[in-house]
Amino acid sequence: MKVVDARGLSCPQPVILTRNAMQTGEFPIEVLVDTVTSRENVRRMAEKSGLQVRVETVGDEFKLIITK
Amino acid sequence: MQVLRPLQGMFTRADYPNLLVGLEVSDDAAVYQINDDVAIVQTIDFFTPIVDDPYTYGAIAAANAMSDVYAMGGEVVLALNIACFPANLPPAVITEILRGGAEKVREAGGVVAGGHTVDDPEPKYGLSVMGIVHPQHVATKAGARPGDVLLLTKPIGTGLITTAAKSDVADATHLQAAIDSMLQLNRIGARLASQFDLKAMTDITGFSLLGHAQEMAEHSGVCLRIHAEQVPLLPGARDYAENWLFPGGSRRNADHFGQWVKASPRISEELLMLFYTPETSGGLLIAVPQGKLAEVEAFLRKKGQRYWIVGEVEAGTGIEVD
Repeated sequence: MKVVDARGLSCPQPVILTRNAMQTGEFPIEVLVDTVTSRENVRRMAEKSGLQVRVETVGDEFKLIITK
Repeated sequence: MQVLRPLQGMFTRADYPNLLVGLEVSDDAAVYQINDDVAIVQTIDFFTPIVDDPYTYGAIAAANAMSDVYAMGGEVVLALNIACFPANLPPAVITEILRGGAEKVREAGGVVAGGHTVDDPEPKYGLSVMGIVHPQHVATKAGARPGDVLLLTKPIGTGLITTAAKSDVADATHLQAAIDSMLQLNRIGARLASQFDLKAMTDITGFSLLGHAQEMAEHSGVCLRIHAEQVPLLPGARDYAENWLFPGGSRRNADHFGQWVKASPRISEELLMLFYTPETSGGLLIAVPQGKLAEVEAFLRKKGQRYWIVGEVEAGTGIEVD
């Protein structure tokens, strides 16, 4: 699985890295973020692109699984 | 603002009658009356580099700091530099930042008379600004009345575009348009307050268009209706919004101010988020009574000041976006 580790980055970096990963066409993509703001921004961007997003909470961090 | 709450009861209007605007009802700047004809407007603002070029950074930081004086209807008199620089920053870079700020203050008709710098790994620069205003011509966030027309003097999108630029995904022409906008002084505010006795103004900065509009709605006890399609956007802003390149501050503003904002379902989520995005050195949001609108518009056109009618003031509370 393609993994985007965007922990420690502030917006819009997590969105840009996720978008770059989406453009390779390889799914699913796993995105790791550590703020609610990043989680919501990545989720909204992916959903707006017509993709499915599943969010898991891992301690203080979040894992987003993006699928077609 | 929560951290200021314990201080709000310390300096009350009752105990300090010359304090026209202080912490009790916060506004863009503090106003302190000296005599029947003169009140002092005092403000401070500084931030980390927003663009790569040091001179431009200094000039934008200065324009942004002085904007708070204009939003109260005042003219700039005196400014002091406030700066934090890393020890290894070349002196030539520091000189350029300070020169950018000083030349912007001179353009405003003010002077830079001193300042203070401390060591800090992350550069920061801005100004403490003193201005003056006639005590009868102070403009605040509390002066909007139902029937007033809402004018905005700069397009929205500086925060979105400069953030995209920091991530190397902004078009150079889009960034330049944002820079030109941020460099523009809001001096027209002082003239509108003194010549047309306009009472309601605020500048659009970190709390975003909708956040600052909500502050005006709350302080004035009115509802502000904003027509989304009439809000001017910087070139490229809509593209970056559609690509969801918002800084973290957009969602923080939406989370905080959203409780007072009612948006028509026709407004796209990204356009609304753009209206929640922090601005730097943004325009003035001005409430103009209907009876003064024609002469105010004629004056703005004569001065070459761009403006957009973005909505109106109604009875009620909060913000309506349609």
